[in-house]
Amino acid sequence: MDAPEEPLPPVIYTMENKPIVTCAGDQNLFTSIYPTLSQQLPREPMEWRRSYGRAPKMIHLESNFVQFKEELLPKEGNKALLTFPFLHIYWTECCDTEVYKATVKDDLTKWQNVLKAYSSVDWLIVVVENDAKKKNKTNILPRASIVDKIRNDFCNKQSDRCVVLSDPLKDSSRTQESWNAFLTKLRTLLLMSFTKNLGKFEDDMRTLREKRTEPGWSFCEYFMVQEELAFVFEMLQQFEDALVQYDELDALFSQYVVNFGAGDGANWLTFFCQPVKSWNGLILRKPIDMEKRELIQRQEATLLDLRSYLFSRQCTLLLFLQRPWEVAQRALELLHSCVQELKLLEVSVPPGALDCWVFLSCLEVLQRIEGCCDRAQIDSNIAHTVGLWSYATEKLKSLGYLCGLVSEKGPNSEDLNRTVDLLAGLGAERPETANTAQSPYKKLKEALSSVEAFEKHYLDLSHATIEMFTSIGRIRSAKLVGKDLAEFYMRKKSPQKAEMYLQGALKNYLAEGWALPITHTRKQLAECQKRLGQIENYLQTSSLLASDQHLTTDEREYFCREILSFASQQTDSPGHRVALPMHSFAQLRDLRFTPANAVVHVGGVLSVEITVCSQMPVPIHVEQIAIHVHFSIEKNSYRKTAEWLTKHKTANGVVNFPAEASPFPTSQSSLPALELYEMFERSPSDNSLNTTGIICKNVHMLLRRQESSTSLEASSGLALEDGAHVLRCAGVTLQPGPNTIVFRTQAREPGTYTLRQLCASLGPVWFVLPHIYPLVQYDVYSQEPQLLVEPLADSLLAGIPQKVKFTVTTGHYTVKNGDSLQLSNVDAMLILCPEENRAVIYSNTREKVSDALLRVQSSDKVTSISLPAAPTYHLIEFELEVLSLPSAPAAGGESTLLGVTEPHGKHKDTQKTGHCMATTDHKVSIDCPWSIYSTVIALTFSVPFRTTHSLLSSGTRKYVQVCVQNLSELDFQLSDSRLVDTHDSTDLRLIPLNTESEQCIHSRQAVFFVWELKWTQEPPPSLHCRFSTGFSPASEEQLSVSLKPYTYEFQVENFFTLYNVRAEISPPPGTEHCRTGSLCSLDVSITRLSDLLEVDKDEALMESDEYFSTKLMYEVVDNSSNWAVCGKSSGVISMPVTAQATHRVHMEVMPLFAGYLPLPDVRLFKYLPHHSAQSSQLDADSWIENDSLSVDKHVDDQLDSGSVKSRGSVHSAASSEHKGLPMPRLRALPPGQAFNSSAGTQVLVIPSKDDHVLEVSVT
Amino acid sequence: DALSTIILFLQNYPLYIRSIPTENELKFHYMVHTSLDVVDEKISAMGKALVDQRELYLGLLYPTEDYKVYGYVTNSKVKFVMVVDSSNTALRDNEIRSMFRKLHNSYTDVMCNPFYNPGDRIQSRAFDGMVTSMMIQVC
Repeated sequence: MDAPEEPLPPVIYTMENKPIVTCAGDQNLFTSIYPTLSQQLPREPMEWRRSYGRAPKMIHLESNFVQFKEELLPKEGNKALLTFPFLHIYWTECCDTEVYKATVKDDLTKWQNVLKAYSSVDWLIVVVENDAKKKNKTNILPRASIVDKIRNDFCNKQSDRCVVLSDPLKDSSRTQESWNAFLTKLRTLLLMSFTKNLGKFEDDMRTLREKRTEPGWSFCEYFMVQEELAFVFEMLQQFEDALVQYDELDALFSQYVVNFGAGDGANWLTFFCQPVKSWNGLILRKPIDMEKRELIQRQEATLLDLRSYLFSRQCTLLLFLQRPWEVAQRALELLHSCVQELKLLEVSVPPGALDCWVFLSCLEVLQRIEGCCDRAQIDSNIAHTVGLWSYATEKLKSLGYLCGLVSEKGPNSEDLNRTVDLLAGLGAERPETANTAQSPYKKLKEALSSVEAFEKHYLDLSHATIEMFTSIGRIRSAKLVGKDLAEFYMRKKSPQKAEMYLQGALKNYLAEGWALPITHTRKQLAECQKRLGQIENYLQTSSLLASDQHLTTDEREYFCREILSFASQQTDSPGHRVALPMHSFAQLRDLRFTPANAVVHVGGVLSVEITVCSQMPVPIHVEQIAIHVHFSIEKNSYRKTAEWLTKHKTANGVVNFPAEASPFPTSQSSLPALELYEMFERSPSDNSLNTTGIICKNVHMLLRRQESSTSLEASSGLALEDGAHVLRCAGVTLQPGPNTIVFRTQAREPGTYTLRQLCASLGPVWFVLPHIYPLVQYDVYSQEPQLLVEPLADSLLAGIPQKVKFTVTTGHYTVKNGDSLQLSNVDAMLILCPEENRAVIYSNTREKVSDALLRVQSSDKVTSISLPAAPTYHLIEFELEVLSLPSAPAAGGESTLLGVTEPHGKHKDTQKTGHCMATTDHKVSIDCPWSIYSTVIALTFSVPFRTTHSLLSSGTRKYVQVCVQNLSELDFQLSDSRLVDTHDSTDLRLIPLNTESEQCIHSRQAVFFVWELKWTQEPPPSLHCRFSTGFSPASEEQLSVSLKPYTYEFQVENFFTLYNVRAEISPPPGTEHCRTGSLCSLDVSITRLSDLLEVDKDEALMESDEYFSTKLMYEVVDNSSNWAVCGKSSGVISMPVTAQATHRVHMEVMPLFAGYLPLPDVRLFKYLPHHSAQSSQLDADSWIENDSLSVDKHVDDQLDSGSVKSRGSVHSAASSEHKGLPMPRLRALPPGQAFNSSAGTQVLVIPSKDDHVLEVSVT
Repeated sequence: DALSTIILFLQNYPLYIRSIPTENELKFHYMVHTSLDVVDEKISAMGKALVDQRELYLGLLYPTEDYKVYGYVTNSKVKFVMVVDSSNTALRDNEIRSMFRKLHNSYTDVMCNPFYNPGDRIQSRAFDGMVTSMMIQVC
């Protein structure tokens, strides 16, 4: 070890710097110990507790041991820290008191005095004990004594300032222990000294910083002070702390610059504002750039010098800290902020100088990082460095433009001068890079030396940058660099190389919808395509640009003219056409059909009116606009049309097209909106809901693959359909904005026509809209001629003239003069032909075309209607009156309760109960001129009346009542009502009791007619009548035809009265009135009114000697439960068949309620004996069945329930007595035969006094 | 002199672009478009951490010589980008952050409008006014 002997070097700014520890006393002793000491000291780390709450740190201490000299001690005010001795050690081996007293003590005192003079308190006295040495001496003191003496003499209260090191050179455990204790002590004291001295230094530094607002304050001075601290931290390997010092200086300076910008300038800062004269970039290859440091120290540094130096120090420390990527990031920030600061401080900088500086600096940083990282590390951290690469590329590019290296002709003399100036500012290359082939300096010099060299360097850099951006997924950044490159290539007349980059960038902008970049890039691309002679692409881009709202009108007009001039000059090669997408040229807005439903018949005219919005800035004359139409034959075209009409057509025939995807088509907005429809599926049988759902109608649009390549710029896929069906419109001038174009076409073949493409041609340039969406169709149909016959009113009424409308739909048939309809005549139906009957001809759209007189000729069998001539697809409408004749009188003698004119044999007769009218169908066969087949048309007529009759009796006098009900909606006038006996019996007379001969019968009302029946001889058992009445509609004034009367035939039987029944109730004897609860007597007298008549001759008639008698059964029934019949309520009597024969029956009845009570009913039945012959064959049930039938037969409705009840009681009685015996039969007397003379009489019953307790039980 | 461009995106499609001054708009568009690279990078790199911390502010995306580009992303991945003149030293991180928050609130209002179709360009007058006032405040 030669350290103590060497002359002290000034200050070595290297990493080998270590804190200085001075050694005094026995130099030989120290020299012997030094190797062990310097080796052992850094071995163990020591915790360094810091002031100001800074985190404690573990430190490996090293020291530079130097021989103590008074000059080493810093004088007051010396700010140097690197040369500061942190600890002073005095070494002694003395073990002899005498020696100690003689020399060592004096030496120590002198040493201490020097230290005190410099107020240095960091010292240590080391006493080395050496056993071997001790043995040589005789007057050996105990070990501790010398140490004690020293402690006593020098270490006032700090006994720890004197330590013992035992046998340092031996290898024993005691030695080891001793060493450990010593080293710990040494480290502790060193750290104490650091803490104390650095703390003091920091305090001083802070004080100095606080004075920064004072006028004389100098940043550079302060810089040096704080850097001293940074050096010490660096020396202590505390790079983090060292970096903090630089960062603080950096921030302080930045703040000053900002404040300066805000007008708060510091004097010292003006010094940094001197013009930039040197721009040689960052120097990062030396730990400390002494050259720059001296400039700062001398306060001669420029802003760039200061920044460069500061950054080089930060870079060094960051690299020590293994943070190379932070260097890259900070470098970028530094370069940006330097440019900003120079601007802010308004420092004059020659043009290009900063570009040079930035370029050099970028490369220097990159090379410095590359120098300390391996390839893999660099590759995985491109994200950190790529910014520098692209910055360098950018700067080189602007240098190239500045120095005329990108221009076609190369640099001119001015450019060359500028280049020379720029190179001069670089100065000479630094020695440390002089041997590096690819040094930034060499690169820049070379790049600026010639056009070719520049191109090489620029392309290298650009490609490297693009590659790096791409590799880390920064596609957009890569595209932007690519665009710069494209600009470069364009300048260099290499459009073929530029195109790829422009297309790439454009695709990216289009995909993300960036309007301005799209426009800008397109402009560049247009230029490129023009130079490349890509006519089609150029025209397409031009059309896009001409319609681009982001360009000025002049620019748009320019591109528009480009298209027009191409269109006008290209006439030499016919057939060659350039198909371009329509949307940039014009946009289809809406489409309107006339007729609105877009359905025309064959031969009809259809017009299609479209509105297109021209996107061009000037009016454009288009040679032709065509719509290509696809034709398809629909099998069921008519039905389809009808369906389509109702479902798919907008009412006004207008189809609107969605506005063309905004000028910023993105993958998102270009997607069509979902077209959703509800769907319900019902079961065909009961209409219940089976399925429901939502249908997306444009799935094919939504689910197709998203292909970025099929961008709008792709001109492929513009296949022109050359169909036979084209709608054309020639010579149209499209004004900017909306234009209306009308196409007309005559429909030919029936089927569906789909509008597929829209195409505008401009010479060889064709603008094509490849798909018209939404789907637009029109239909052409062909229709068979048709005849439709329908009543004008809801229903036709029989008996009066009714109007029927005939509609002839001509369809494809032309009705010629002479064409006629032949109607086969039907007997019961007349076709009435008024004189002035006109047929009206309508067009297909229901517009009246003309009318003509209708000629109708009738013969016996055929009625011929001459049709007026009518063109195809027209309607002929006319009306005819028909009259359904009341049919001939009924042949059958069957009595009908409801009179109905018996219809003609082949007519179907429908009759419904209730108030529905009876109907009659007439079938008419019509021969049409267009068909060999007859058309059969059924007309249904309703009979307006319903007629009923009834027989009324008063004793023996008889009346016939006829009720005519009007079921129709019309009022009728009835006249000449008549009732005749069809058998025309001479002794029978029908005397009408009707007063008026004419009567009005209103809708839904009835009219009654009554005739009295009179006879002279014995009346016939049955009477056949026919009722007839003339009728005409009350409203009609005059009828052209005479109407047949309405007839009704009926038959009345057994109408002669045979018996008179009289009932009488009399109160109990002695009382004036009947009382509830008290028995009253009911006297029934049955009187025979005539002698034996024809009608009496039946089974019940019994012939005795003088007279005939018949058996009758009477029954008293009270249906309203007013009366309780006491005792027998029915009985069989034998009635003599003699006039005035009377049978009396007496019964007891009890009124159950008070008031005027109607009498109980007395009914009479014919009591027919059983046939013995039959009885053996028929069982009892059959009897009952028969019986019930016979009972039911002529019982009036009102008696029905009663009769059933009574019958039941009779049956039960009969069946109980019967038991195997044959049973008699009952037959009700027809209503005409029995007359109840007490019908309707009432008896007053007064309540009994205690009727509230009345309880009657009837068994 | 201080400038501010404010852009909102859904995916990478601009929903709203506004810049003052307008002369150099194209340059800003290019710049902001390029900055989306960094936005994407940041979202994917610290996506999960961001969601967990509810930190929507992406910080300085990338500085250029003249401008600073800041980013912000909503939970629904709507990106906000702001460009500020580098010389505008008054705008610190905190100011930028609060501006973004304001923008976000206003954007939420726009989204709440039932007549606004998500994905359409924002044409709300209220939003416009808010942005204008913010830009004026900055300048």
